[in-house]
Amino acid sequence: MTTIYEQRPGISRRELLKRGTIGAALIIAGNAVISPDRAWGMETTALKPETMATLIKLARDIYPHDAIADRFYAIAVKGHETKAGTDEAHKTLIEDGIADLDKRAGANGYRGLGWEDDRVAILRDIETTPFFQAVRGDLVVSFYNQKELWPHFGYEGESYSKGGYIARGFDDIEWL
Amino acid sequence: MAAPYDLNDDSVVVIIGSGAGGGTLGNELAQKGIDVVVLESGARHEYEDFINDEWDSFAQLAWLDHRTTGGGWRVAKDFPNLPAWIVKAVGGTTTHWAGASLRFQEHEFKTLSHYGKVEGANLLDWPITLAELEPYYAKAEDKMGVTRTNGIEGLPGNNNFKILKAGADKLGYKECHTGNMAINSADRDDRMSCQQTGFCFQGCKWGAKWSTLYTEIPKGEATGKLEVRPQSHVVKIEHDASGKVNAVVYADKDGKLHSQKARIVAVAGNSIESPRLLLNSASAKFPDGLANSSGQVGKNYMRHTTGSVYAVFEKPVHMYRGTTMAGIIRDEAKHDPSRGFVGGYELETLSLGVPFMAAFLDPGGWGRTFASAMDSYANMAGLWIVGEDMPQEQNAVKLHGELKDQYGMPIPDVWFTDHANDVAMRNHAYQQGQALYEAVGATRSFPTPPYPSTHNLGTNRMSEKASDGVVNKWGQTHDIKNLFVSDGSQFTTGGAENPTLTIVSLAIRQADYIAKEMAAGSI
Repeated sequence: MTTIYEQRPGISRRELLKRGTIGAALIIAGNAVISPDRAWGMETTALKPETMATLIKLARDIYPHDAIADRFYAIAVKGHETKAGTDEAHKTLIEDGIADLDKRAGANGYRGLGWEDDRVAILRDIETTPFFQAVRGDLVVSFYNQKELWPHFGYEGESYSKGGYIARGFDDIEWL
Repeated sequence: MAAPYDLNDDSVVVIIGSGAGGGTLGNELAQKGIDVVVLESGARHEYEDFINDEWDSFAQLAWLDHRTTGGGWRVAKDFPNLPAWIVKAVGGTTTHWAGASLRFQEHEFKTLSHYGKVEGANLLDWPITLAELEPYYAKAEDKMGVTRTNGIEGLPGNNNFKILKAGADKLGYKECHTGNMAINSADRDDRMSCQQTGFCFQGCKWGAKWSTLYTEIPKGEATGKLEVRPQSHVVKIEHDASGKVNAVVYADKDGKLHSQKARIVAVAGNSIESPRLLLNSASAKFPDGLANSSGQVGKNYMRHTTGSVYAVFEKPVHMYRGTTMAGIIRDEAKHDPSRGFVGGYELETLSLGVPFMAAFLDPGGWGRTFASAMDSYANMAGLWIVGEDMPQEQNAVKLHGELKDQYGMPIPDVWFTDHANDVAMRNHAYQQGQALYEAVGATRSFPTPPYPSTHNLGTNRMSEKASDGVVNKWGQTHDIKNLFVSDGSQFTTGGAENPTLTIVSLAIRQADYIAKEMAAGSI
């Protein structure tokens, strides 16, 4: 099972620096991916933690919303970890796909490419592959269907329990 | 109060499907004292069970049985197993529909005569006229409580409508209003008025929108002459030695097969399942499927020329608030070949929530172009294009050569390619839609491709001559007197209008005909 939890303790700032991770990069520690500010972590059992970290980066490159935190991208891709646990073919699809991205990216791998444009150029080359299709096809639901994100988009979701919008602004436009 | 009928009762009219066609026909017959069994493949969810959440509702209501697609339409690439966004539940797609209730225009019943021959199209005149259908349109509008008919007020305009109207005014369009909607603008028929909740496509939790689920069906049941059997998936229609249909075989929720005897069978399973069922009911006597002497069963599949335009403004719109489709421009619905195509189209307000916008705005799209569009969601307005598409013989619902469902019946394979006329119309509509929004200050707009089909039409078409189509002017099959088709698959051509009002009107008219013929003993 994958878990996303907040406030992961146990890694000191010194430790982080020793691992050579600075800035916005995700941290790999043991079998976990940890956010740079240690606000959340995610353990993996089926996929390599490095693979999960790259998936999170890939997810952001596919749907780049700069005001949305990594955590939501991590939640959106964790289904691949779950599925890989019971589906060997899916595990291979994801591991091989990520390995291919790293290979195409050169010495420092996909996550090591500093510019989004350089990463996106690689993605344009592989966008018709089953790997990319599987990741994007899942992500369009697992990312945008997170209710916690809807306020970012200005979408209010369920409205029946509030009596609809008849008294809550269905016709409140004033700038026309 | 619902009458349970015996499987061996061969006096009943068996209706397959409980949506706009089947649900209406069932009630109309029951009101006349005729015994009716409605077999519905989906479950019964009452309106309080509906869900204000796009994906959860989709899982609850959508028809998700395995289907395949082919042809040149983009749906085949983006949604290869979802040719249509329709419903598997009691009430059928009247749970999901938006409520737009428009009459066909006179010339749309006579397209071959009016437009002339169109290369590559299989145009044909309907064997009925607008004048013949008008009294039934009037009955349907009263039954459904259509706004701007029978003295019923129009719905109030929401934000999305206000933008549409402002743009329509700028472009000089004259006929723009909040629509002819089968959604109560005030309490009527023991149903409450619209609360501007949005989520019309997810089933109206107030019951303000007309659906057979909570109008026709309970009214029919109250007569003691109508039984609805949910989760009863019909696999085959059987016939006797003389060629008259006499029984319907269906699987119950556990997959167990039953055979319900029948005096008359009416097929109303929407334009994919209805022809599929006729084709799957092939026998030694009818090797090409039931009612298929013309070879037209499954052919001429139409899905309306559709598309959407979404546009981004500097300030918030919140288009998802309020009635989804209460806004229309009808000026382009006329036939005016100077635009470069025959037939016409309507422009209607439309919105999607964030989850479905992500799935449908530009299927397969990604990167900053896509994400920045999504970031502008709150400032978006949207409209839907719905126009007449050309019937083409090769656009068809076929039986899959290899794949079968859990009952061993071939699954449907839905083929569609746009006609050049469809493409020209859609491009014109995109241009008008984008110009409309730009006229009120849009900073960016998106010509969004068609969604999986909601208006599925034409696969058992109505024709004067038995060689041209599947059913006659009453929806009675040319080949088998006691076999009827009661859904949108009867449509000879599609018109520019949302089809439900016409389906309901045809069902009311068909009920009169069936009752008359039964009384005369001729069927």
